[in-house]
Amino acid sequence: MQQRSSGAIAVAIGFVIVGLVVAYETSQIALTPLYAKVGPKVFPSLVAGGLILLGLALLWDAWSGRWKAEDADESAPIDWPALGWLGFGLLFNVVLIGVVGFILASTVLFAAVARAFGSVKPARDLAIGFVFAAVAYIGFAKLLGINMGTGLVERFL
Amino acid sequence: MDTLSQLANGFAVALTPMNLAFSFLGVLLGTAIGVLPGLGPALTIALLLPITFKVDATGAFILFAGIYYGAMYGGSTTSILLNTPGESATIVTALEGNKMARRGRGGAALATAAIGSFVAGTIGTLGLTFVAPIVVDFALRFGPAEYFSLMILAFVTVSAVLGNSAIRGLAALFFGIWLGLIGVDLQTGQARFTFGILELLDGINVIVVAVGLFAVGETLYLAARHRYGKDEILPVKDSLWMTREDWGRSWKAWLRGSAMGFPIGALPAGGAEVPTFLSYYLEKKLSKKPEEFGHGAIEGVAGPEAANNASAAGVLVPMLTLGLPTSATAAIMLSAFQSYGINPGPQLLMTQSNLVWGLIASLYIGNVMLLVLNLPLVGLWVRILAIPAPLLYGGILVFATIGTYGISQSPIDLILLYILGGIGFLMRKYDFPTAPVIIGMILGPLAEQEFRRAMTISQGDVTVLVTRPLSLTLLVLAAIALVGPYLYRRLNARR
Repeated sequence: MQQRSSGAIAVAIGFVIVGLVVAYETSQIALTPLYAKVGPKVFPSLVAGGLILLGLALLWDAWSGRWKAEDADESAPIDWPALGWLGFGLLFNVVLIGVVGFILASTVLFAAVARAFGSVKPARDLAIGFVFAAVAYIGFAKLLGINMGTGLVERFL
Repeated sequence: MDTLSQLANGFAVALTPMNLAFSFLGVLLGTAIGVLPGLGPALTIALLLPITFKVDATGAFILFAGIYYGAMYGGSTTSILLNTPGESATIVTALEGNKMARRGRGGAALATAAIGSFVAGTIGTLGLTFVAPIVVDFALRFGPAEYFSLMILAFVTVSAVLGNSAIRGLAALFFGIWLGLIGVDLQTGQARFTFGILELLDGINVIVVAVGLFAVGETLYLAARHRYGKDEILPVKDSLWMTREDWGRSWKAWLRGSAMGFPIGALPAGGAEVPTFLSYYLEKKLSKKPEEFGHGAIEGVAGPEAANNASAAGVLVPMLTLGLPTSATAAIMLSAFQSYGINPGPQLLMTQSNLVWGLIASLYIGNVMLLVLNLPLVGLWVRILAIPAPLLYGGILVFATIGTYGISQSPIDLILLYILGGIGFLMRKYDFPTAPVIIGMILGPLAEQEFRRAMTISQGDVTVLVTRPLSLTLLVLAAIALVGPYLYRRLNARR
């Protein structure tokens, strides 16, 4: 018999909650006197209903153990230190990209991701990350004209 | 005929030095990302969407089309040499191709995949050339009601028919439609689902969703599950020249695969998985040496590879003639049309004749370039496979940052990116398909638009969807696609 997966049940409950939030937010959409045969609420209501029904169906699937996740071996441990390094890199990026600029923030992100994937050479990763980010910056910002903001290194390029 | 003169005109567009360069860049980039596991054409085109502000539409679409075709070629190299399918459509190629490489026949496998891709890509593009105008003639009769019903059919087929679970597919689709509804409603000016965040008034950019789900989510998943760097890259020992027997066993499989891939790809259902699997089973049935299947039969590489490439051309038929994307890549291309202010649909072939025919002509040219790039230069691509995982995924996340931060230099977009990355991780872990999210996000608002148009014309009478015969037919097909597989299984179980 298939095992009931608590993770799948949590995902299904989360999905129902999303559906309820969408339903609530739909009820908050203001109606204008502007003429519209189908108002701005009709489609969102259908979507909200669909989300809630599908969430309940997911919950039923998870509860009855029919949800065959690709990860059959859910016992396989999640590598939390790796996720931690990834989370650190992403957080650093979003907090500091506006302060130190894209290149330096990306250098740290690059090294943190490399660490998450098992690299043990932080100095090398920082160096490669810096060069990679600088080249990418020049390519996208200078050649393609995409505004990547400014920063500590960017102002010299 | 008219089609031929327009195609000739298309070649005149595609053969300008600038557009040739775009095509070459596209197929080069496409092959590279196709080779790299975890990177696909949908993600790459999403990351390159910002060039639509700089480059003219024809050049941009020739580049995108090159990436799209190139990724198909590159994906087969990875499947054969690494046994890690780069794309869902090359799973079948890995079955026999990797076995061939293990037996030292990797060169022949790569050759039959590349030549088969070329043959099928060319046949598929020919199909696109001659079928597209016919579909357009037919589609000009569609009113908003028919369009809405057609979109419902596409919604059902892309989410419920393919994949392991109809419920999870539909859940992904509805989530995507909801994401597409976020922002100001264009018809009434009302803000919807913005949670008081100013940045959300313009809606969520498809780049953020595609990059979040495909790049960030995939990276989180691989890091958390330690699924990287485990497979060994098999060396290519034999020559890339196929033997007489290889040719004899391959050419029919190429043609059969093409014949199967193009029509299935061109249906509003789309998807390359079904024709590749069908082709595999057909070749196994027809083979004179069925005992070789499972140990590296060349037909098992030739047929599915051809089916894969022909269906890739087929997917462009509904995309260019109806504005109906049936794969994540096509959905992102559709959003590129929108950012040029072009409305894809039956008028596209007339109003943007240079663009569409230039694009189609570039597919013929790109196929030739890809054959050259992938056979003699296959050693180069193998070297890309040797990039260590830490550096590869570090680079992918830096590119993800560029694609997202470059939209508006707003940390909100980055936060959204990471939230969607987390959702992508969960979707991957709990076996949800991700393509329906992208398709729902792009097609959902269009479906709402057509629904509103239909209701305005019919004075709010919903029955118009079932009283117009064509619309009713499409809805019935959608209903069959939704409950058919379930009933079929029920009936089989009872027997």
